[in-house]
Amino acid sequence: MLTSADLDTLFLTFKVASLATFLMLLLGTPLAWWLARTNSGWKGLINAVVSLPLVLPPTVLGFYLLVLMGPTGAIGELTSWLGLGTLPFTFAGLVVASVLYSMPFVVQPLQAAFTSIGEQPLEAAATLRASPLDTFFSVVIPLAKPGFLTATILGFTHTVGEFGVVLMIGGNIPNKTRVVSVQIYNHVEALEYSEAHWLAGCLLAFSFAVLLTLYTVLKTQPVTHPLK
Amino acid sequence: MSLNACSRAVILSMLLLFSQTTWAATVLVAVAANFSKPMTEIAAEFEKATGHSAHLSFGSSGKFVSQLGNGGPFEILLSADEKGPQKLEQDGFTVPNSRFVYAQGRLVLWSAKPGYIDDQGKILTTGNFKHLALADPKLAPYGAAAVEVLKKQGLFEKLQPLFVQGENIAQTYQFINTANAELGFVALSQVIENGKITNGSGWIIPDNDHTPIRQGAVLMKKGAENPAAPALLNYLKSAPALAIIKKYGYDLPQ
Repeated sequence: MLTSADLDTLFLTFKVASLATFLMLLLGTPLAWWLARTNSGWKGLINAVVSLPLVLPPTVLGFYLLVLMGPTGAIGELTSWLGLGTLPFTFAGLVVASVLYSMPFVVQPLQAAFTSIGEQPLEAAATLRASPLDTFFSVVIPLAKPGFLTATILGFTHTVGEFGVVLMIGGNIPNKTRVVSVQIYNHVEALEYSEAHWLAGCLLAFSFAVLLTLYTVLKTQPVTHPLK
Repeated sequence: MSLNACSRAVILSMLLLFSQTTWAATVLVAVAANFSKPMTEIAAEFEKATGHSAHLSFGSSGKFVSQLGNGGPFEILLSADEKGPQKLEQDGFTVPNSRFVYAQGRLVLWSAKPGYIDDQGKILTTGNFKHLALADPKLAPYGAAAVEVLKKQGLFEKLQPLFVQGENIAQTYQFINTANAELGFVALSQVIENGKITNGSGWIIPDNDHTPIRQGAVLMKKGAENPAAPALLNYLKSAPALAIIKKYGYDLPQ
């Protein structure tokens, strides 16, 4: 059965994933909109930076974050100067890392959705004297709804499945950084196979249920690799 | 060259190839993370002395025991404790009577900052630190020993909220080395060079402050037919190997 420590890890995982997904939608929407609309020479560079976590092994990202966010790293010096302390081994650090790690899974579906809207609905809205902000909220967002749905689900589930980054910067602290994937790994290492089975089974059932809903009930197009 | 001569040449070269493998074989060794530095040196000496070669994989003992119980390819396990090899023996994965203790580990309280840790470990009571790193006590014997030390000093309850746990001792070292944790418990072998702690500062924990960290080696059934496997285990007990083990701060097996 699931112990209370196991339940804590499940709860913490959902807390990290919810918060990270919220932040990714907040930051990723304007970014994806800009990427979809711009002709700027920076587009390629920004696209490449946002997509890096798709290609990098999580351990690379985790290692750099550990060094950069540490007391002698650039980000660490900044956060210390701001009086926030350093980020590794904290809940906030885990959320920041998750946002960086899962961002392409949010930005790319949104960017694709925004691109596919095209110019016509925007021009029609403009002729009806809708302000750009009004157009965005009453035309773009409803039209891009499938994109938002895919972005939310992919961002959330990808954060739930995060492991390598957390292992590098988490420090395995109960209720702060001990997420479910790390707990499963530790159960296996400690030869606690039945505990590992229970947690792993929960995660498998959850992931399958989410994807089944996505593909059958909501009839979304199969999500393949977001790069394609 | 006629076909006959050609096939003879092929057979001859294959024979040479096979004879080569019987003379100089390769053994796959799973090595507990704390023993990575000495074992790298020992393997190099072993190759020079015997012509066999040893391929080393480093990680936590728990993970290796898990893998070996599920068909893992390693022929020798050099564990950080005696429990792992014992468990594999009970489950019938090892060659009977091949288990022995190859080294006894020493624990050190270490910081990357020079002069930070005094040679009595008083910093544990007086220090104003935010993080104390140790290996997960459930998985790593060095972590379990660290908990014993803290309990003996009556500091466990007070310091537990500051714990950051590495999955193995190498990761614990990384937490401290990057200064993310001000100090922590690691294996002496990780920070010692030529008998001295050269980087940062440390307190070598007296060995009666915790249960001895007796590190066990065992030959897996997979390696029974490989001449390099027993050769390496024998080499571990030889004088040159013991000298390397001692150099890295380990106590020699009793």
